[in-house]
Amino acid sequence: MKRLIINFFRILQTGTVNFMRNISISLAAISVMVVTLSVVLLSLVISATFSNTINQITNKIDISVYLKDSVTLSQTDTFIKELKALPNVKSVQYLNKQEVLRQYEAQNASNQQLSLAINETSNPLPATIHIRAYDLNKINGIKNFLDKPAINNLQSNQPSYSGSLKTAINNIAHATDVLRKLGVVAIVVFAFISALIIFNTIRMAIFNRRDEIQIMRLLGASTAYIRGPFIVESAIYGILSAVFSVIIINSVFVTASSTLQASTLGLLDINYATDYFDHHFWLFLAMQILIGIIIGAFSAYIATRRYLRFKIKA
Amino acid sequence: MILLDRVTKTYSKAMGPALNRISIHVEPKEFVIVVGQSGAGKTTLLRLLTREERPTSGKIIIGGIDYDKLKDKDIPMLRRKIGVVFQDFKLLPNKNVFENVAFALELVGASRKEIKNTVPKVLDIVNLKGKEKNMPQELSGGERQRVAIARAIVRQPKILIADEPTGNLDPKHAWDVIRVLEKINRYGTTVLLTTHNVEIVNKLKRRVVSLKSGRVISDRANSNYRI
Repeated sequence: MKRLIINFFRILQTGTVNFMRNISISLAAISVMVVTLSVVLLSLVISATFSNTINQITNKIDISVYLKDSVTLSQTDTFIKELKALPNVKSVQYLNKQEVLRQYEAQNASNQQLSLAINETSNPLPATIHIRAYDLNKINGIKNFLDKPAINNLQSNQPSYSGSLKTAINNIAHATDVLRKLGVVAIVVFAFISALIIFNTIRMAIFNRRDEIQIMRLLGASTAYIRGPFIVESAIYGILSAVFSVIIINSVFVTASSTLQASTLGLLDINYATDYFDHHFWLFLAMQILIGIIIGAFSAYIATRRYLRFKIKA
Repeated sequence: MILLDRVTKTYSKAMGPALNRISIHVEPKEFVIVVGQSGAGKTTLLRLLTREERPTSGKIIIGGIDYDKLKDKDIPMLRRKIGVVFQDFKLLPNKNVFENVAFALELVGASRKEIKNTVPKVLDIVNLKGKEKNMPQELSGGERQRVAIARAIVRQPKILIADEPTGNLDPKHAWDVIRVLEKINRYGTTVLLTTHNVEIVNKLKRRVVSLKSGRVISDRANSNYRI
């Protein structure tokens, strides 16, 4: 037991000392790991941001149904009940004529002429029902329901998804689906490539020192005692690379959000990305360190294996 | 202490055997010199003893350990019992002189205190005081050789195998090394030395085993160099 503890600390110490003495190789390995870990982290944040943007867009999309002024309250109630019974309907919001007017006034508060043209006594705005769907791709069920002659009779105008908007909604729905899948695939691919690159880097570093392993073997060192320091060394690569990659990505977001203030780069909302990163900072740091240690240690374990075999031919 | 019984080692059929039915018996505390030209089989012999190679046929028993019954996982234990000075030193490039010697002690589970006490004494024996912090690449050939010797003797092994330990040394230093080996031998370690150096063999007056083309051509006590 005492021997085990002594050996454990010797392995830790040797690993650390070797790390310092091979600083040039260590730095090379770390820089490769920093780049790959940064790419993975960045793609993770960007993917989360995309997915947030997509959610915001799809949440804004709803179907507006405009009711004739002649429609009674009980008719409206039945209509809403029937709508809610449809499988793809997420929520139904009813606004009567006064509410629609107030909303309109709020939207056009700066334009006095428009506000004056429309007022309580002569309110031309129809009562409106906003419908949100669970799945924009399956909106046809709702459309068919609204197109029924009995239902159509209640409406003053065509629902607002129709025409060119319908295709827009369709396009967005399709794009979001593709983007989400792409995001997942990109992260998986990046992570896999990173692991391979890191593995190869560590393998090269250990290949350079295969003689050392064989010498220790000849002196009677056990497998664990030879391998241990290499694993410690690679784990140090992993920890330092993880810390550096988080620092780099952090500074990227700090500069980006200050220079691109509140601007949105297409689907990439830089403010959201920065917030998201800030909120999950410690989680990301812990995750990167864990990934770094696991990939580093695992690579070292595998890479030392072939040099640790007892070279014996019968 | 060391027993080789009709040991044959063939690397490839085309080359013929590197060692051909060799039988050598070394008693405990004996000092044996193995001589022979390059390619005679000296290094193969040592590689068999350290279990870097397995004999094609024949039996090897060292210190009561039968190599036929030795499992791979027990090889480190075996090697810890034998001190070896390699022809090419085999120093660890990332460790300084002190650490190289200390490493051999670490492997047998020596405490920090033991290491601190023992290593300087051994470095003193091989005249390397003051070089503790030097890295191997900063040392001359002779100095490296002496580090290798210090590392081999620091565990006070029952058996010491030295492969051409004077190969890179000038005569004065060569004799320093030989005296260290004699001293260890006097303390009870069995020494197996291979060398080319005629003068050393002739002056030592010890048992000499001559190898030629993988065969023992002579094995005499108190002998001179002859092939």
